[in-house]
Amino acid sequence: MGKYSEQTPINIITGFLGSGKTTLLQGLMTQPDLRDTAILINEFGAIGLDHELVTNVTEDALLLDNGCVCCAIRGDLNAALRDLLSNRQSGKIPYFRRAVIETSGLADPAPIAYTILMEPVLQHHYRLGGIITTVDAVNGTAQLRNFPEPVKQVAMADRLVVTKTDLAPDDEQLALESGLRHLNQSAPIIRVAAGDVQPASLLIDDLYDQKGRQHEVKQWLAAADGDDALVHDHADQVQSFAVTYDEPLDWTAFGIWMSMLLHRHGNNVLRIKGLLNVVGVSTPVLINGVQHIVHPPSHLPDWPNENRQSRIIFIVRHIDQDQINRSLTAFNRLANPGATSGKAA
Amino acid sequence: MCKLCGVLGGRGHWTDSAAAPEAFAARQQVHTRARERQQRTRLVNQILRHYGLHLGDWSAGGHLLRGRTGRTALVNNLSEMWAATKNLTRSDFDPLDEDLLRSLDEY
Repeated sequence: MGKYSEQTPINIITGFLGSGKTTLLQGLMTQPDLRDTAILINEFGAIGLDHELVTNVTEDALLLDNGCVCCAIRGDLNAALRDLLSNRQSGKIPYFRRAVIETSGLADPAPIAYTILMEPVLQHHYRLGGIITTVDAVNGTAQLRNFPEPVKQVAMADRLVVTKTDLAPDDEQLALESGLRHLNQSAPIIRVAAGDVQPASLLIDDLYDQKGRQHEVKQWLAAADGDDALVHDHADQVQSFAVTYDEPLDWTAFGIWMSMLLHRHGNNVLRIKGLLNVVGVSTPVLINGVQHIVHPPSHLPDWPNENRQSRIIFIVRHIDQDQINRSLTAFNRLANPGATSGKAA
Repeated sequence: MCKLCGVLGGRGHWTDSAAAPEAFAARQQVHTRARERQQRTRLVNQILRHYGLHLGDWSAGGHLLRGRTGRTALVNNLSEMWAATKNLTRSDFDPLDEDLLRSLDEY
């Protein structure tokens, strides 16, 4: 098995019904950088894709013993991704260096991420790239207010793409973007009209891409350190906040704490991103999780600046920031009895 | 086993630093997997004591989780262990539970 960073990246493009996923994908696939990309689509919409590597998949899921919906191996997706590997290896299809999955409008992205990260064959050959969520500039605010699916899709995003910006007044777009920030403070918001977007910022940069990693972490840190670092949205009980720790964290204690937190509260932990100062390790360790699912940790070759604090961004439901601080501090003290408490950024 | 590349087993659990050696390449001191495993077992037992459970070594890859009544479960990683604690005790252990945190403060 090669290094995680060298495996074929898979991007997930998700978004509510009619939010412009296929139009965005259509625009991306015209870019020369992305011609060698395999595309998997959950539902064929009215817009056709003129691309030689398009596969359709249905949404059947195999629930695991714990009955958690996010921890479901998507059998359809598993088969489709394995077929792509076999066909690439045998030369039946052109070689592809990236895959993109377009979900249906009501899909939960978590089982897709789980399948890629946890299925024993797939995890050897693929890695999860960025999750891109489209939001309709005209109807997005109402959809976020009235439906649970787009709220979760936005909370899990690495990139938020506001579509149809040519059709919505500026004040409505600003209100929508403010709502998006409340749900997900660290994902960059990209405005597009008629699918016109540059691919690199959307698909290629991610935590496991050597070139994009530094840029990605800078965006996280700007969110963690910024004025909007503590945001509560009482309407849907989703909170986004950042906590910081001055003293290094013990990796073993952190793993015990986070695995226990995700076992008990994974349904309500929509996203975790963090840059950790780990005891005994001179470079920062990066963590990245979606519900019960955690990527293998990554790292930066050096600290981005003088600040050596650990910073962790949480997007959660029904969990209080003070509880997180209190709990992680208590666990970390088991390994470092003199360690101090974390605090809100 | 991965049928395409012939590699046995899956990637290690994300909490095991050996599963992502690149991320921990800049260690300043000698580190062994055995020492990490020992420390993990020690810290986990400080938490499990609150619930009357104990984790012991079983083999190179696994641990034996034992409850008050003698019921046991074999576990390979932390995610399996937390799931097994629920099966043994019929309760979900909560790291945000103030009673647990107060007991940890006493160490």
